[in-house]
Amino acid sequence: MEYSAKVIEHFTNPRNVGEMDNPSGVGEVGSPVCGDVTRIHITVENNRIKEAKFRTFGCGAAIASGSMCTEMVKGKTIDEALALTDELVAEALGGLPAVKMHCSNLAAEALHKAIEDYQAKQVAEEA
Amino acid sequence: MKQVYLDHGATTPVNPDVAAAMIACLQDHFGNPSSLHGFGRDAKQFLDEARTNVAALIGAHPEEIIFTSGGTEADNMAILGVARAMRKKGNHVITSAVEHHAVLDTCLALQKEGFEITVLPVDAYGQVHIDDFERALREETVLVTIMHANNEVGTIQPIKEIARMAKAKGIIVHTDAVQSVGKIPVDVNELGVDLLSVSAHKIYGPKGIGCLYVRKGTKMLPLMYGGGQERQRRPGTENMPGIVGFGVAAAIAARELPAEMDRLTKLRDRLIAGLLALPAVRLNGHPTERVSINVNACFHYIEGEALLLALDMRGIAASSGSACSAGSMDPSYVLLAMGIPPEIARGSLRLTLGRGTTAEQIDYVLGVIAEITEKLRAMSPLYNPNKG
Ligand SMILES: Cc1ncc(COP(=O)(O)O)c(C=O)c1O
Ligand code: FES
Repeated sequence: MEYSAKVIEHFTNPRNVGEMDNPSGVGEVGSPVCGDVTRIHITVENNRIKEAKFRTFGCGAAIASGSMCTEMVKGKTIDEALALTDELVAEALGGLPAVKMHCSNLAAEALHKAIEDYQAKQVAEEA
Repeated sequence: MKQVYLDHGATTPVNPDVAAAMIACLQDHFGNPSSLHGFGRDAKQFLDEARTNVAALIGAHPEEIIFTSGGTEADNMAILGVARAMRKKGNHVITSAVEHHAVLDTCLALQKEGFEITVLPVDAYGQVHIDDFERALREETVLVTIMHANNEVGTIQPIKEIARMAKAKGIIVHTDAVQSVGKIPVDVNELGVDLLSVSAHKIYGPKGIGCLYVRKGTKMLPLMYGGGQERQRRPGTENMPGIVGFGVAAAIAARELPAEMDRLTKLRDRLIAGLLALPAVRLNGHPTERVSINVNACFHYIEGEALLLALDMRGIAASSGSACSAGSMDPSYVLLAMGIPPEIARGSLRLTLGRGTTAEQIDYVLGVIAEITEKLRAMSPLYNPNKG
């Protein structure tokens, strides 16, 4: 099994690691395949993702995916961010080994959950 | 970049004297040892010498050594060969939950042939208990196969006690000694076993060669049929370069064992002490009843593959358990059998020492592990520094 240079680079120097004090939304996902966990915090301003941070208990692919996913989503509108899929994250990483395809799903799904969390809070505030 | 190889449990570098003997065999002694002429007689001498050296390493007679393609074939030959030969007497086989796949999966194959298999549990250190073994014994038990030392955690099993109890009931005893031979003294008579598996590539010999020790008088069917080689128990023209290399490796292992065992035990304990001084680390396996080369630890809140990858980036070769299951998403079945929770078992790291390992390397590795684990923990959502 071999990782792409891009995966190794993001694994070695992961971007956006951490959490935020006042996030607009938080999403956390545990993988049914391996038990690994990714958590993503986002801040949203004017319907755009201003910042995204992640933490992962997982393999190299999961860490690289968290890094790549949070990079890709910064500055995107909510709709654009919702269109970000695990395939797109894996593609941006130069592909993942077959047994590791589920790992990029952790980041993409945690992001979607963070956005849902943000949207639920918006609805609650408006009500 | 500095390279540190700490995966001697997966395989070892071929000793230069071994390699030289193998090349000489390929180039200058190509005869078929079964041939009557001079070329054949020349090759036969090398074959005999290798057999003598391998036998001496484990306290056996040369005619009790059957060369095989490695540890896996030796395990298969012992388990399938004996069980099938003893079928009329009984259909029950006893093994343990922490065996190598070469044993576990072979027992599963026997099950499909109608044998009943008892898989003994192990304690938190990975050791089989003799009273569990005694309870598992039946009238129909014909074979017990329990490893001498475990490949993942290095735990040494009480084979001598198990063999004594089994022999008293006329049960045949096999042990997979792939991870103990060359690391601790192994003597087939001292252990009291009937069959014992060895693999050359774990003792600085080549890959694809090993042997099964079979005590004189042990009933065993062959796995293959053909010529008369290996007393008809393993037909086929011999893998001469492999066998010659194995012989030299065995001679060197026998000569160096006492000093190496002492040296590596000290390095192992230095590594263990250094790891345990880091936060949230637990040692897997027995603190003292373990082979001199093995260290296995769990790092809480960290996933094993990420740890391995980060070590690899720093030139350190380690493993997360057995080399065969690398790439699998499942936590180690050996650690699970020892009662370690799955999320902790996933953060396991196996470091296995060898002839090239130095104190300086150990200290370097400890420094790198401290750095990496801190970084990975900071990244882990399971880790809360305030809770510890
Ligand atoms: C305990 C044990 N048994 C059997 C084997 C298989 O030996 P081989 O690789 O020579 O087939 C190994 C190692 O690979 C091992 O560690
Ligand atoms: S194996 Fe679990 S996230 Fe990759």
